[in-house]
Amino acid sequence: MRSLTLEVPRGEVFGFLGPNGAGKTTSMRMLLGLAAPSDGRARVLGRPAGDVAIRRKIGFLPEHFSFYDWLTATELLRFHGRLYGMSPAHLRQRAPALLELVGLTDHADKHLRHFSKGMLQRIGLAQALLNDPELIFLDEPTSGLDPVGRRLVRDVIKAQRERGAAVFLNSHLLSEVEITCDRVAFIKHGEVLETRELRGAEAESMRVSIRARKLSAETITGLSLWASSLRLEGERLSFTVTGAEVLPEILRFLVGRGVDVFEVTPQRTSLEEMFLQIVGTDGGL
Amino acid sequence: MGTWIMAGVTFREAARKKVLWMALAAGVAFLGLFATGLYFQVKDLKPHSNLILDRQGVGAMLMVGLYAVDLLAVIMTVLTSVDTLSGELASGTIQAVATKPISRWELLLGKWLGFVGMVTVYIALMVGGTTAVTYLLSLHSLGGVLPHHFLRGAGLIWLECILMLSLTFRMGASFSTLTNGVVALGLHGIAFIGGWIEQFAAFTNSPRALNVGITASLIMPSEAMWRRAAFEMQSPLLNALGFSPFSAASVPSNFMVLYACLYMALALALALRRFSQRDL
Repeated sequence: MRSLTLEVPRGEVFGFLGPNGAGKTTSMRMLLGLAAPSDGRARVLGRPAGDVAIRRKIGFLPEHFSFYDWLTATELLRFHGRLYGMSPAHLRQRAPALLELVGLTDHADKHLRHFSKGMLQRIGLAQALLNDPELIFLDEPTSGLDPVGRRLVRDVIKAQRERGAAVFLNSHLLSEVEITCDRVAFIKHGEVLETRELRGAEAESMRVSIRARKLSAETITGLSLWASSLRLEGERLSFTVTGAEVLPEILRFLVGRGVDVFEVTPQRTSLEEMFLQIVGTDGGL
Repeated sequence: MGTWIMAGVTFREAARKKVLWMALAAGVAFLGLFATGLYFQVKDLKPHSNLILDRQGVGAMLMVGLYAVDLLAVIMTVLTSVDTLSGELASGTIQAVATKPISRWELLLGKWLGFVGMVTVYIALMVGGTTAVTYLLSLHSLGGVLPHHFLRGAGLIWLECILMLSLTFRMGASFSTLTNGVVALGLHGIAFIGGWIEQFAAFTNSPRALNVGITASLIMPSEAMWRRAAFEMQSPLLNALGFSPFSAASVPSNFMVLYACLYMALALALALRRFSQRDL
């Protein structure tokens, strides 16, 4: 890791994106106290990273979840629950509820050695949620999961955000990140290159390009009511709007002013394009 | 609390290892062989021979049996515990636990206690079994032969195994399973050879060779604990007669027992320190 500076507020789903070997898992390990940074400091829920007491409020799903394969799914949850200091009575209710959430109710008494990779990932997700954590670290949570499993992870993340928990998500599946995350950081060679909002005002704003004739200077000035950064090049006018909902109004305004509109092209960059622009096409290797 | 939760799960994990069951099977096979040999030894005693000498003969046989148990226990301890840290570090299993509200030292101490429990049960079964077989087979004709100081002896065998356990924990906190196993058994090999050098040196009255043996015991005091155990368990007469393969000519001192305790405590402390500092 080189220069890693970031902040994740509560109630946010934060995505950590980067090519293989960029330092995503290493960063997560440092925040969890599994690895010590050689320099610098990190605070998690107001305490130094790795603080034992604060782990009571943290959930973690490692990339390839594995555990003693002679335990059943229920026993695994009870064991991890006891490490969280949960009472047996509480666990008797909590374990079946979580197994239902991750779709493993029918496998509650099955030993982990009979679990598929996807089922292990599901039980791993369940143990990460045992303590109703305020902060959840998910390292490639959808790896090994079928589409139904991925949908489950998405729903779980959404439910956790609604509960007010912060989710720190490592993933290389950009489509997943695009759907689930509020904000993403792009990381390469252990350095945060950029962070971007995927929800909220910044994410909704877009560049629009219009091909039109009979555009007067007065009309263009009138457009500044909805648009900013206006630029005219020949017949092509481009500007930035706060969201797609203003486009019909702009069109009505232009047509009302006698402008001939031939083409309207909203230009929203996909996360993949953003990724390639920021990280580059060399994959950071 | 976390320590005891870890100890419980580790005990169950250790008790499931095939190595342990193989060691138990080997132990049962050994007991069968031992019992058969002893049965004939007792059976073939001359009707009017010297009862005291006959009892010493059975006592010497018991010591040979306990020596085999001691070796089995040491090897079983090393082989079951050798991959507990390195294996779980490599598979990532440890990450799910190390991110729970339990400190690293609690985690490691819990695992160590789990293995201590497993080793204790194994030694109780094997040392107890060998002693019981000897007692029962010699009960009718010789009135039952028992080790002189059974608990002291069993305790020293236990200390030897826990010493090996602590050493494999220390090595496992830094090295791979294979390296750990080679170093642990290699050090026990040094102790083993050193022990025999010391015995022969005492027998042939060679102080310099004796010092070589003692130095080996200081490098690794495991085998010395067995020799002290043998001394404690043999009858004073057997010790005086030199009638057993475990000569009383050079008995590890109380200082050596204390040294082994400190060695064990230091190995465990260093394991805890290394494990607390390393990246998982």
